[in-house]
Amino acid sequence: MRVTLHVWRQAGPVALGKFVRYDVSDVSADMSFLEMLDVLNQQLIGRREEPIAFDHDCREGICGACGMVINGRPHGPQRATTTCQLHLRSFPDGAELWIEPWRARAFPVLKDLVVDRSAFDRVIQAGGFISVRTGSAPEANSVAVAKQDADLAMDAAACIGCGACVAACPNASALLFVAAKVSHLGLLPQGQPERASRVVNMVTQMDAEGFGACTNHGECMAACPKEISIDFIARLNRDYVKAAVRGKAHAAQGNGGAA
Amino acid sequence: MATLSAGTTRPSLTRSLVGKKVVMAVTGGILFLFVVGHLLGNLKVFQGPEHFNAYAEGLRTVGAPFFGRGWVLWIVRSVLLASLFAHIWAAVGVTRASWRARPVAYHRLDPVETTYAARTMRWGGVIIFVYVVYHLLDLTFGRLNPSFVPGDVYHNLVASFQRWPVSVAYIAAVVVVGLHCYHGLWSALQTLGLNRPPTVAWRRRVAGGIAAAITAGYIAIPAAVLGGVLR
Ligand code: HEM
Ligand code: SF4
Ligand code: FES
Repeated sequence: MRVTLHVWRQAGPVALGKFVRYDVSDVSADMSFLEMLDVLNQQLIGRREEPIAFDHDCREGICGACGMVINGRPHGPQRATTTCQLHLRSFPDGAELWIEPWRARAFPVLKDLVVDRSAFDRVIQAGGFISVRTGSAPEANSVAVAKQDADLAMDAAACIGCGACVAACPNASALLFVAAKVSHLGLLPQGQPERASRVVNMVTQMDAEGFGACTNHGECMAACPKEISIDFIARLNRDYVKAAVRGKAHAAQGNGGAA
Repeated sequence: MATLSAGTTRPSLTRSLVGKKVVMAVTGGILFLFVVGHLLGNLKVFQGPEHFNAYAEGLRTVGAPFFGRGWVLWIVRSVLLASLFAHIWAAVGVTRASWRARPVAYHRLDPVETTYAARTMRWGGVIIFVYVVYHLLDLTFGRLNPSFVPGDVYHNLVASFQRWPVSVAYIAAVVVVGLHCYHGLWSALQTLGLNRPPTVAWRRRVAGGIAAAITAGYIAIPAAVLGGVLR
């Protein structure tokens, strides 16, 4: 099949970017989106042009490295799918595709489609440690976790940190990502001692990074390749309000699932 | 690039964006209660001039003899005014943060999940504010009323709504209020963390139903004046 691409090309962080048109022919419908870009890059290298820079690593939909906005949809049109797991068969033959990087002040473009997502790392870092005894492995049944709490914590932990939620949000808010990270520890007994300080520190860092404010559009959830639910945002808000009203020191009580 | 904040930070409902949204949700909730109460009171207009004027007078004498004339009314008005300004202050804060957060716009970003109501919250809010100012000058202070008679609120209302452009503007404004309340109610539940899993299935429909009922109730009044039912 054949596709026409308009790709955002930007030489470096401070360079001005622009869309450049490429016609790619003779690609298979069974190729992944990134394989199609690989083919194009080989052609560009053959013509001694600069290949298109894009992030990728596992190409299995589990690492969170890849991501670009394809025709107005982060990770493209298919639900619950990363860019690396998207296939050309999702598009009609001859499709015209606009490809741009995640756009957010907190995610500055490094080159072409590659953005710097270390803001996410600093939010995680601000969340800090959990107080567990390290050393020999604990006895498996010494801390009981209700099945529904374990499941919900796993749902939150599925977040791969790709940043599509920020990219999709009309406000460039990172609240879905932060909510997932706050919740997966907040739902488990091991996460209780620092539950209040964790949510406060992560929210403070999120604001410092320059993300926007969530107004509950729900676009993040629709774009998220792991279908993280905005119910976790309500949970983050609840924990933050509790911490603010009661004062941090006391907000750490209660077991994860029930609270 | 931001640096990592050192040590433990303090939660703040006025400085953090999550906190500002909480301020908006609480003050929005107070304004919403007013919108409902105001509607229930206004519908007394269908009981005729005596009842409606007696209701308006009752608003001034409520709490007697413990409170003096108009005291309770002014207490409620102060709470509403403070809520309105806190609501707008927080709205400006979060809106500016969001506008700053995406300095380079997308060539194309398709909405998937969001609603018309959600996308019009900001300019809808501005429209509501402008409308409220006009509405007070018309029916409370009488400055913009064609034949204002202090105390005869029934007469003032009918006189104003008999001019069809005023009625049409009023209807448009309450549609905006309805949209704002639809997204606002749902959004406030989310912001305050009250969206628990069992409510997921029906919260949007309930918010929509309440907003539609409010809008219909408010529209009934100018519609009845234009239709000659209230004269
Ligand atoms: C009839 C008066 C009003 C009522 C009942 C009302 C109610 C609400 C409620 C309940 C919320 C949800 C808060 C949340 O998301 O947590 C809200 C949000 C908002 N309001 Fe109002 N409001 C009113 C007037 C205004 C005015 C006058 C403005 C601005 C000039 C305004 C601007 C906004 C904005 C920007 C939002 C946030 C939008 C969002 O979360 O998507 N509102 N309002
Ligand atoms: S919440 Fe979803 S979209 Fe956001 S970073 Fe995590 S996996 Fe990506
Ligand atoms: S490359 Fe790892 S998720 Fe796409």
